[in-house]
Amino acid sequence: MKPFSTIIAHELRLALRGGGDMLTLVLFFVIVGAIVPFAVGPDKALLARIAPGIVWISAFLAMLLGLDRLFHADHEDGTLILLRQSELPLSAIVAAKVMAHWLVTALPLILASPVLAMLLAMDLETFLRTLMSLLLGTPALAAFGAIGAAVTVAIRRGGLIAPILIAPLSIPVLIFGVGTITATQSNAAMLFLAALSLMAVALAPFAAALAISSAED
Amino acid sequence: MTERQVYPELTLRATAFSCGRGGMVLADALSFAVTGGNCLLLRGPNGTGKSTLLLTLAGIVAPMSGHFALEGADADDGPHLHYCGHRNAIKARLSVLENLQLWATLNGATGITPSEALETVGLGDLSMLDAGYLSAGQSRRLALARLLVSERPLWLLDEPTAALDTEGHALVTRLIDGHLQRGGLVIAATHDDITLPHPNRVQTLTLVRKS
Amino acid sequence: MSIETTPKQSWWNRIANPGQFVAWTGRLLWPLTILTAALFVIGLWLVFFQSPGSTPNVGTTLRILYIHVPNAWLSQFVYGIMAVSALGTLVWRHPMADVSMKAAAPLGALFTLLALFTGSLWGRPAWGTFWEWDGRMTSTLVLLFIYLGIVALWRAFDDQLRAARVIAVFTLVGAINIPIIKFSVDWWSTLHQPASVLRADGPRMPPEILTPLLVMFFAFTFLFLTLHLKAMHTEIKRRRVMTMQRRAAQGAES
Repeated sequence: MKPFSTIIAHELRLALRGGGDMLTLVLFFVIVGAIVPFAVGPDKALLARIAPGIVWISAFLAMLLGLDRLFHADHEDGTLILLRQSELPLSAIVAAKVMAHWLVTALPLILASPVLAMLLAMDLETFLRTLMSLLLGTPALAAFGAIGAAVTVAIRRGGLIAPILIAPLSIPVLIFGVGTITATQSNAAMLFLAALSLMAVALAPFAAALAISSAED
Repeated sequence: MTERQVYPELTLRATAFSCGRGGMVLADALSFAVTGGNCLLLRGPNGTGKSTLLLTLAGIVAPMSGHFALEGADADDGPHLHYCGHRNAIKARLSVLENLQLWATLNGATGITPSEALETVGLGDLSMLDAGYLSAGQSRRLALARLLVSERPLWLLDEPTAALDTEGHALVTRLIDGHLQRGGLVIAATHDDITLPHPNRVQTLTLVRKS
Repeated sequence: MSIETTPKQSWWNRIANPGQFVAWTGRLLWPLTILTAALFVIGLWLVFFQSPGSTPNVGTTLRILYIHVPNAWLSQFVYGIMAVSALGTLVWRHPMADVSMKAAAPLGALFTLLALFTGSLWGRPAWGTFWEWDGRMTSTLVLLFIYLGIVALWRAFDDQLRAARVIAVFTLVGAINIPIIKFSVDWWSTLHQPASVLRADGPRMPPEILTPLLVMFFAFTFLFLTLHLKAMHTEIKRRRVMTMQRRAAQGAES
């Protein structure tokens, strides 16, 4: 367990010292959400109605933006090759990195979501449901993102193609995420969302590790 | 330093072994055996597959044909090798010591402590410095320090002396010699002369360009 | 000569060699082409002259379904071929599986696009709109995105041999995900529009519709098989040219 937690701690330390990356993502999240009223008009009733969708789209885009740093830097500086010689299997390393990735990208977004909720005229109950759905759904986004980042790790312009690959896979997360907030069968949606996250988090490290070991050489 | 044999009797044996990448065979029909306490130097012009051979032995690239094995090693003990490639795998934002400590934890802190290792490679005074400020040669020394913090019998070194000064060359020689004394194996690709105190421990494999 | 008499392993190994594969399957190409053409002639004749078309309007729109249904089937069948090939690449490291996977991706995208196109042509008279966010059409659209992503991924890799294993991983991840996507989209569309619009193709289908549909179904499937085989041959030739170029470049260097 020690090496596993070491990797998480290492990634967190890198992110905290990595300058403004975390802050940039949070800003991106808030700005994307805040731009929508300019596009659809400042109609509070309309905004409140589409607010859950806006929050989810903003979170989705922000997480896509943060993907590039998941494996790419480690590939460039040779760390990935060395990680494959370590005591831990690569899939465990990937799992640790995905968890750290969630902590440094998704968690700040969730913490910043009250700002967006206020701007978009959400009521308290909707906001609490939004928090819940983000907490349950973002692990799946991080896991799918890890697969996309792993598949494109050896491609020089991989940052461009990864979102194209991940977006279709993430559609169920969006559907059930927004469904948790708005739909009439919101409890069913919430359970589906949780199941999806569990499955994605459990399987993605293996798929991502397989993709990395096939791509790296 | 008092050196003693710490590794079991090991032999790296490759038979009718060929490697390459992208479907192109770079080096083929290689047969060699390296026993514990010996060093194999890979020589040959650029593009003859020295780096690819090392990556293949490290298990990163699949061999094109043939096979190799580290005889005498127990697979349950975990990885048996250190790979030191062209890229130093150093995180610029972390201090020199933090960089090394990460690998001590990940690879098992079975060797000397990170501070001692930094002392050995001549970075003792810089341990608190951000690794981003290291020069190319100093980064190389940090990468070499990684070999010392975890005991592993097989070292695969790709151009270990790249970017190092004269004193650094002596350091590489010293490290390799110390590792051989303890019964370890070294396979190094190099263009520089590495003169070890015991010439009889050194084998040379010259790769030639396939025509 | 016949495939059955030779042991399975040797047959398997023999088609692993690209040259042997081309030689073996090259003979199949012309018979397949002729069979496909014949099926299309029969199928189209049935569609235009035997299918019920008493009321001209309904008959005409119905004829689109003879094209639409086979394409919709192929859009999923091709992904199945790709997923099986991906398994072949990852598990057995069969060289021809790589080629099959790569050749199938653009074809799958094409058939999916055709399914969507004919679907919206049918939707215009049937529903009064070209595009309806109906569960089936939406999940086909998502499938098209996945195909296009895979095609883009193939083009992004410099080294096609390395690409194959990576893309195989992604293809399998997609294969696991497609049912989930389909389920979620169905859930989503029933939520927003309780009564589904498309229930035209019930189980009770008169034989004069079923026969042309079946023939067209086989015609399109054989069209895919022919194109797939031809695309595989082309890909093998392209790889051979690339290897020769690289070898020539290396020879020039030394």
